[in-house]
Amino acid sequence: MSDRILVGTRKGLFDLRRGESRWGIHRVHFLGDPVSAVLRDPLSGALYAALALGHFGVKLWMSADDGATWIERPAPAFPPRPDGLDDPHPWTVHSIWTLENGGVPGRLWAGTISGGLFRSDDAGGSWQLVRSLWDRPERREWFGGGADHPGIHSVCVDPRFSDRVVVGVSCGGVWMSEDGGANWQLGGKGIYAEFMPPERREDPRIQDVHRIVQCAALPDTLWCQHHNGVFHSQDRGLTWREITTIKPSKFGFAVAVHPSDPRSAWFVPAVKDECRVPVDGKLVVARTRDSGESFDTLSAGLPDVPAYDLIYRHALAVDGSGRRLAMGSTTGGTWLSEDGGDTWFEFPARLPPIACLRFAVETA
Amino acid sequence: MPKVQFTGQLQRFLSVPTVEAEGATVRAVLDAVFRDNPRLRGYVLDEQGALRKHVTVFVSGRALADRGGLGDAVGPTDEVYVLQALSGG
Repeated sequence: MSDRILVGTRKGLFDLRRGESRWGIHRVHFLGDPVSAVLRDPLSGALYAALALGHFGVKLWMSADDGATWIERPAPAFPPRPDGLDDPHPWTVHSIWTLENGGVPGRLWAGTISGGLFRSDDAGGSWQLVRSLWDRPERREWFGGGADHPGIHSVCVDPRFSDRVVVGVSCGGVWMSEDGGANWQLGGKGIYAEFMPPERREDPRIQDVHRIVQCAALPDTLWCQHHNGVFHSQDRGLTWREITTIKPSKFGFAVAVHPSDPRSAWFVPAVKDECRVPVDGKLVVARTRDSGESFDTLSAGLPDVPAYDLIYRHALAVDGSGRRLAMGSTTGGTWLSEDGGDTWFEFPARLPPIACLRFAVETA
Repeated sequence: MPKVQFTGQLQRFLSVPTVEAEGATVRAVLDAVFRDNPRLRGYVLDEQGALRKHVTVFVSGRALADRGGLGDAVGPTDEVYVLQALSGG
């Protein structure tokens, strides 16, 4: 199991480690600064931290020595916006919403608000806007969900074939590439949007997929927490079926899938879109182990006092064993499980509001 | 030559000494500063060259009028202050 968790918060990056018997804060980086995404590249061991500075913009820092020292790297940035261009979306990066390993040395992906996907092939030394997606006419239909502008929050890289990539956009649907981002196909068939007028409900271009995750062992299987429900795909994102058995509610942001069992996934439901808190003030995790035929409602070890913690889309993670889980909340609570979610314990700290957390995979 | 001073908050991220820089407008003066300190550009301006939303500029005590174009005039004895706005923190 992974004994290290990187937690990006509103006020810094927290490096949590498990010692002989318990977890603790090993180190704090960028204290006071909003950390929107974090990544440890398992191929090189490099750490990446994306900052969304309130005054001074989006920054990307990298550490080659596991956090002892950091250097600033170029952040993804748009090319000059052509004069007179009619585009509903700004050509500026408002935040780096997700960072992912590209599966080959040096390749990284960055999903951003306002909707730009960026790729680096030199370990973050430079970034290129993926014009093949940005220039798609469908992008004009995208819009912000929660944020003012559309954003790319999910980049799933097929471990069998790193050029095969699935991207989730809020609100812009599911996009699939077979050639490292040179060409794109719009997936998402079967997903619908309750928030749209009837004639646009099934429009795949505007779906508010909140988060998409991919089973590492069977990458054709994807799970999606959508704005109005849970969806499941077994063809790499082309078609989806709705899972209606989740309880206590179908709204939420986060989803994690078991790395070797595609039938098992975890969610953290909230009441609904206009009331983004746990149902009845009770924080629970919903787990399926049978592809959504049924769900367990897991609460052992989670707060037994009223709790209004919301788990953001990047703040629920499972490690490579499939048994250890972690989640962090908007009110700074962090919980871990060693048994697949059956029981939880609270990390002994009150952290700043948590945007993202992930297990650090050891260098291969 | 106009003098340009940056908020001390930026010292957390990079070196921003007070400098003298040639130019008749805020844009020209800042461009001159960024030529010597290219990393600083991205902290003050976005990638389209616009002043970041929560950064503010004063020219000898006058708040910047042209936030889009940075065309406010700067005289040889002016002092330009680049500060973080109280919004956006």
